[in-house]
Amino acid sequence: MSRLHEVFTSLRSCKRCALVPYITAGDPSPELTVPLMQALVKAGADVIELGVPFSDPMADGPVIQRAGERSLAKGVGLRHVLQMVKHFRQDDQVTPVVLMGYANPIEALGIEQFASLSGQAGVDGVITVDYPPEEAGRFVQVIQRAGIDPIFLLSPTTAADRIELILKQAAGFIYYVSLRGVTGSSNLDIDDVRSQIETIRSRTSLPIGVGFGIRDPEHAAQVAQFADAVIIGSRLVAEVEAAGDDAVPRLAELLEQFRRAVDEVAR
Amino acid sequence: MQHYDLPDSSGHFGIYGGIFVAETLMQALERLRREYERYRHDPEFMAEFQFDLKHYVGRPSPIYPAKRWSDFLGGARIYLKREDLNHTGAHKINNTIGQALLAKRLGKTRIIAETGAGQHGVASATVAARLGMECVVYMGAEDIKRQESNVYRMRLLGARVVPVTSGSKTLKDALNEAMRDWVANVDNTFYIIGTVAGPHPYPMMVRDFQAVIGQEAKTQMDELVGRQPDVLIACVGGGSNAMGLFYPYIQDEAVRLVGVEAGGEGIETGRHAASITAGKPGVLHGNRTYLMQDEDGQVIETHSISAGLDYPGVGPEHAWLHDSGRAEYVTVTDDEALEAFHELCRYEGIIPALESAHALAYASRLAKTMSSDQILLVNLSGRGDKDMATVAARSGIMI
Repeated sequence: MSRLHEVFTSLRSCKRCALVPYITAGDPSPELTVPLMQALVKAGADVIELGVPFSDPMADGPVIQRAGERSLAKGVGLRHVLQMVKHFRQDDQVTPVVLMGYANPIEALGIEQFASLSGQAGVDGVITVDYPPEEAGRFVQVIQRAGIDPIFLLSPTTAADRIELILKQAAGFIYYVSLRGVTGSSNLDIDDVRSQIETIRSRTSLPIGVGFGIRDPEHAAQVAQFADAVIIGSRLVAEVEAAGDDAVPRLAELLEQFRRAVDEVAR
Repeated sequence: MQHYDLPDSSGHFGIYGGIFVAETLMQALERLRREYERYRHDPEFMAEFQFDLKHYVGRPSPIYPAKRWSDFLGGARIYLKREDLNHTGAHKINNTIGQALLAKRLGKTRIIAETGAGQHGVASATVAARLGMECVVYMGAEDIKRQESNVYRMRLLGARVVPVTSGSKTLKDALNEAMRDWVANVDNTFYIIGTVAGPHPYPMMVRDFQAVIGQEAKTQMDELVGRQPDVLIACVGGGSNAMGLFYPYIQDEAVRLVGVEAGGEGIETGRHAASITAGKPGVLHGNRTYLMQDEDGQVIETHSISAGLDYPGVGPEHAWLHDSGRAEYVTVTDDEALEAFHELCRYEGIIPALESAHALAYASRLAKTMSSDQILLVNLSGRGDKDMATVAARSGIMI
């Protein structure tokens, strides 16, 4: 059984919502990435989402763009990120790690090579923002053979027939993009998201995570009433930016606030 | 040659092209694909497009035999397709007219565009003004510094120019930013991409709107010299002027197609923008194509004296034409382009854009190896007024 499956199964049985923090690998420095991951787990993360920096992050807002630029300036690339995961896995064999990034670094490494290195490092899932299912056929096959779940995005604009197409290829969990816009935007409509999640839930048994635009613990608590996972990205990355070398304790403290808010929700 | 009907229904030219965008944009692209498919076969839409090309752009653009320059070079006769004589001074307007008419049909009230040198930004601001639409142009902060006069032109035309400060602060980052805007404002906004790149259907749509260049050339060459050229030559950054000229000739295999990439300071220096010649296939800006990238798959900064060629990718159809062998791609350095620029000024009284000067430079190299009964047709894609400061600075003159 995959680590992602295990985590979601056990959370479901105790009716808890998963908390999924996102950080960009290599930000604020490559040395702090593994300590940050470990601190997030201690602070209550159920799954870690690790951003792979890319020169042209078309779907990201300014906060995550800047994080990627800081990381790239320190020479961090995909191979480096996989090393970080491997390092993290030495002390933690249970917390799933999901990579989020863009297609080109993966293609430059080679899809087979990427799958094999990711499998060895202990990566559990991959979100490739600019691989819609129409273009992801071979990629999905290759990474699944290496035991890695292809995770796909669904958005408020995804039409019914595309939802079917995406669900056919998706594994691990469904990442529902809760608003129209890039990461870190701010016009989240909770009722709208709730009704969309209900529609998707009627068509799949996969867990559904909600991300993009969840800025504070109150938001997270609202989403936790109906989602299987709450994904917090830009808010955390902004904290890393502000904290710099002090990022480990400050990020842990912030995530604990999200954890408490999410756990107070009756499901 | 078999009937050429690329891209396929999913937007692929062989392994190139396609749709590589986040899920949030898929629906908008599907709608655009459907609506474009409908309007390209709509006689009323096409009549309006043709009317505007004739009465607003000033088409057809002439073909001009560059007699004195050909005599000077010795060898093949060089003809110029005068896209520099279009309204706004370049081929870019052919495409912005087409896309803006489509935007109007789709009920959009807001136009966004990316621009590097500013030519596409000016062409977008122009059509937006004419149709009474709001216009926002994304432009790299570095490019804004280099192209002040075009920034002012866009503002005169009522556009808002937004400086892009992310990444390398140039054209590729402006394109990223325009895409982000589009994701957030897709309901009322039409994104006019300026070249034959981006996700399907853009490469096909921009090519179709630019194909008027090659269609006219076929008729005009027939009238003027009674036959088609031996070689077509056009510069390639993203590649829209080249695709526009080449496309109607793809099945005419007697005609050689040559795309000229920006060799910058020389391929061996790494300071160039020759994606096909020196890059490798990858995924950027919604399509798979040749890219300038490092071994980690990060897109790298390019260099060319010509801002319009300073782009790390290239249209996917060019990638396909290269791999299939139908077209050849060569490079010309900054210095060679400048030499051809000065020659055209002195021998023909025409000041070409630095982009077009790359095509001219290769024509001069090739003409000398050919005989006087052979014909080269060069796409003179734009005029050089915008490049005065750059060229003067090269000669140590500040204007």
